[in-house]
Amino acid sequence: MAILDLATIILFVVFMIPFGMVVLNSAKTSKEIIFNAIALPSDWSQLAVNVSLIFNNPTVDYLGAFFDSILITAFSLLVIILFSSMCAWILVRNKTRWSMVLFMAFVAAMVIPFQVLMYPLVRWMRVSGDFMHIRLLGTIPGIVFAYLGFGSPLSIFVFHGFIKNIPYELEESATIDGCSRSRTFFAIVFPLLQPIIVTVLILNGIWIWNDYLLPLLLLGSNGVVQTIPIAVTAFAGAYLKQWDLILTSTLIAMLPVIVLYLFAQKYIIKGMVEGSIK
Amino acid sequence: MSSLGVEAMKQNRMVNILFVAPCIFAFVMIIIIPFFFGLYFSMTDWNGINNAANFVGFNNFRNLLSTPDFLYSFLITIAYTILSIVFVNIVSFTLALIVTSKLRRRNFYRAGFFVPYLIGGIVLGYIWQFLLNNILVGIGNSLAITALQTSFLSLPNSVIWTMAVVNTWQYAGYIMLIYVASIQSIPASLMEAASVDGASYVSRVFHILIPMMANAFTISLFLTLTTSFKQFDMNLTLTNGGPATRFLDVPVKASQLLAMNIFSTATANRMAEAQAKAVVLFIALLVVSLLQVSINKKKEVEM
Repeated sequence: MAILDLATIILFVVFMIPFGMVVLNSAKTSKEIIFNAIALPSDWSQLAVNVSLIFNNPTVDYLGAFFDSILITAFSLLVIILFSSMCAWILVRNKTRWSMVLFMAFVAAMVIPFQVLMYPLVRWMRVSGDFMHIRLLGTIPGIVFAYLGFGSPLSIFVFHGFIKNIPYELEESATIDGCSRSRTFFAIVFPLLQPIIVTVLILNGIWIWNDYLLPLLLLGSNGVVQTIPIAVTAFAGAYLKQWDLILTSTLIAMLPVIVLYLFAQKYIIKGMVEGSIK
Repeated sequence: MSSLGVEAMKQNRMVNILFVAPCIFAFVMIIIIPFFFGLYFSMTDWNGINNAANFVGFNNFRNLLSTPDFLYSFLITIAYTILSIVFVNIVSFTLALIVTSKLRRRNFYRAGFFVPYLIGGIVLGYIWQFLLNNILVGIGNSLAITALQTSFLSLPNSVIWTMAVVNTWQYAGYIMLIYVASIQSIPASLMEAASVDGASYVSRVFHILIPMMANAFTISLFLTLTTSFKQFDMNLTLTNGGPATRFLDVPVKASQLLAMNIFSTATANRMAEAQAKAVVLFIALLVVSLLQVSINKKKEVEM
């Protein structure tokens, strides 16, 4: 047992070294990193200097990207949760051939890689946006709509599996008591979905927060609306090999997710497992 | 159903349609229409600069067969995928055994090993670029270890292996969770009974645990296969395709995986060619993953 203990500790430390190195070198100047990247920083207050250099950078609006990322992730999760659960509920309860066909279409679409869709999507969003007189490219509503399209198949699939196991009697008695169909969903079914909503939130949340290609294609690398991963690449592109700034920007990018994980660890682990096994 | 009048039935149908409409609209607009456009564009001469797209049949696909950089990307993507599947599953299965043992602080370890998965591919690519190019080379220089003095990312022979290792760091904790859930669903009495009968730990793992976890292996192999085959983000920020090497007498980028090859083709305004490559990626992925799942399912039945 002692050997296993020791081996695990060593393994764990090795796993955590990358994070340690990011923290250490985010608190150094570029010169210090070149001189000795492994040493402890001579002055930890350099971390605050680097962070302020990033937030006050003239070329990359990091703070703006940060807020845009939060808005995009939050709104996308909101519409995915709401509309996918509504759709999945109808597909479960309305037992017709159409429901079967639709469900199968959603499931089948999950095998299509993003690479097949991305360039036609950009062209199509420009054309259809012009036609409807809505700007879909370069705007938050446009990308949120795209995330609904990409996120709903898996979310409907996960909700579908959960709703199937909710006893129908509950809804039946509500209908007999005169509850309308939409009220039955929002007042009775939706509250019961809470545990699976957490799963759907986590699966989509980690993906959308870290996603790079879709925002790059829809928002552009120097559009008005930006996301954190785009800002990080912009930084690395503008300050080639200036590791003090690049590493600090990665530190700021991963901090929110890690802090969230520290608080919601139990739910996140449960959500990831349920999402993959289903 | 006499209590439900014709009016109420109509109203129900209205609600049905309203409830499914948002998802179906988004699904059609974002996936279905671009998908069929995508298939069509792969058979045109679309360049991405203007909207013109003349039908050229299967020309783009035929040309791919004589495009060395594409063939090379295809081959190294297969190599990278195989390496990733092996590394990720061995490491994650070992981690799962560790965190389900009677070890102290096992829940802490389980939570910790998962953390790399939370960091996106873009961010972790930069972090590992720094680790491999600066930290490791720095150690090599100060300790005079020749093997470490050149970065693993700068040699065509080691770069794919290195990317598979970085990928393992990212995914092992996630796949571990799937194995852990599977191990925990096996009654502990089974392992204990075998232990009483004198079976060694290794033989218990191979003869009891692994056969009972067949379903978890199907899922894990599928997930590692599909994510590695489509790898892009980490590829972009860790190596950006480099270093340079030669294939079929032509200079190619040693670590440019398929998804990145598609991206750089499109960036060079060869949209239709990129689209044809994407369609090939789609078909290859479909065939391989269907094959993997059906083989695994067959094995599940046998066990």
